[in-house]
Amino acid sequence: MSKLLIDQVGKVFPARGKGQPTRALMPTSLNVADNDFITILGPSGCGKSTLLRIIGGLETASEGKILLDGAPVTGPGADRGFVFQSYTLFPWLSVVQNIAFGLREKGVPERERLGIARKWAERVGLSGFVDHFPKQLSGGMQQRTAIARALANDPKILLLDEPFGALDNQTRALMQEMLLGIWEREQKTVLFVTHDIEEAIFVGSRVVVMSARPGRIKADIPVELPHPRPYTIKTTAEFVALKERLVEEIRVEAVLAAEGH
Amino acid sequence: MKPLQPVSAAARVGYGVAFFALFVAVWSVATFGGYVQKLFLADPLTMVGEGWNLLVNHGFIVDIGMTIWRVVGGFILAVVFALPLGIAMGAYKPVEAFLEPFVSFARYLPASAFIPLLILWAGIGETQKLLVIFIGSFFQLVLMIAVAVGGIRRDLVDAAYTLGASDSSVVRRVLLPNAAPEIAEIFRLVLGWAWTYVIVAELIGSSSGIGHMITDSQALLNTGQIIFGIIVIGLIGLISDFLFKAINQRLFPWAQA
Repeated sequence: MSKLLIDQVGKVFPARGKGQPTRALMPTSLNVADNDFITILGPSGCGKSTLLRIIGGLETASEGKILLDGAPVTGPGADRGFVFQSYTLFPWLSVVQNIAFGLREKGVPERERLGIARKWAERVGLSGFVDHFPKQLSGGMQQRTAIARALANDPKILLLDEPFGALDNQTRALMQEMLLGIWEREQKTVLFVTHDIEEAIFVGSRVVVMSARPGRIKADIPVELPHPRPYTIKTTAEFVALKERLVEEIRVEAVLAAEGH
Repeated sequence: MKPLQPVSAAARVGYGVAFFALFVAVWSVATFGGYVQKLFLADPLTMVGEGWNLLVNHGFIVDIGMTIWRVVGGFILAVVFALPLGIAMGAYKPVEAFLEPFVSFARYLPASAFIPLLILWAGIGETQKLLVIFIGSFFQLVLMIAVAVGGIRRDLVDAAYTLGASDSSVVRRVLLPNAAPEIAEIFRLVLGWAWTYVIVAELIGSSSGIGHMITDSQALLNTGQIIFGIIVIGLIGLISDFLFKAINQRLFPWAQA
């Protein structure tokens, strides 16, 4: 039984002034199983973020429908956690208050919600920073808090839109391990958008490759690497072979995108 | 000097004090040196003497109190009405579309030009003074608060919605706290403007207040008192500014650079 069903979802942005309407996403279908970790890989501007934002309810689809546990998605909601590429912690709240934001919205009593928030702060390795304000945190810490904030809500599915895109390579690698560790322990359904091939393979159980704009799904490749995955897996023959294959898939699209098709 | 090179805290205070000293020095040279007639400009010592005389013999402290009460009263009145309206305009675009053109027009109506009309409507009592401050501050406040509230980063609002926030809690828990430090800063700024309106209101048709003292002194050609009055206004402005800054820093530690 699928957790999330994406059925012929497409997006056309209306024309501006005298211009032509822009199609960002071809009608796309995708079936996401419970506890699946799917990475959506594609060149910039391929509509992968648009698709994720539609699932998150932050954009409306021009066509098609999305069902989460059989119920249609109409707008944003607490059942779909979202982590953005930009830093979106609320600057006026401390780390623990940020993580507890959604719980407060649900009406969870203060003592209980702060308890849950502290537990999540610990899981992302920020127990020493619970009372810090976002501006006192590094980029990596802010994104860890953002992940904890989304997960503290106990969403049915976690949507991540290039969450590590603004981080340096070393931090990014650590964040991937942390996220993977959480997924292995908590068992969550995850959709993870990225343009980084290695990242897509390392964290994903399935890599969905999207074509250049207008985006459509070009390939759907299972990643049959065992769990738990240590970072050393990135140098194994299987990993490298998969990477080569995806580099080839993506390269064609990147070239098309660069040529402006 | 290198552009944008910072100065130490001590040097900053030193420079600031130095200019005040230079100002008084130039003033002293001009007056004690006889370059300017006493009739037009009192020297610093006369000014201090006159100020002392005002405070001790003429109950000037009561005038200062009256002026402060008018500014604060009129300003608070303006805030009480401007805050909800500004928030509504900043948060809800139809409200903004409805009110923004009129408020933009009204903010350019000079408050001082309303004084004759307000005297006609409200007499020369306290109501008229408060109304001058109100008109001078209200429209500015509304517009600036609306901009502060509406100026939030879109992705913060998106984040709140994905965490399950309702429309009303996006306003209460995201737009308001986000705009709060800027609104506090707007209060500080507009209160400063309110000071200029109160003096004008008191110059015309008043029997108390710093502005009233200044018109009285003009009739007596007492420039020492006039200058003292002006300096008192400046000092009160400076103090309220400091207070506001200190309070804002305490209230919004997360917004400090």
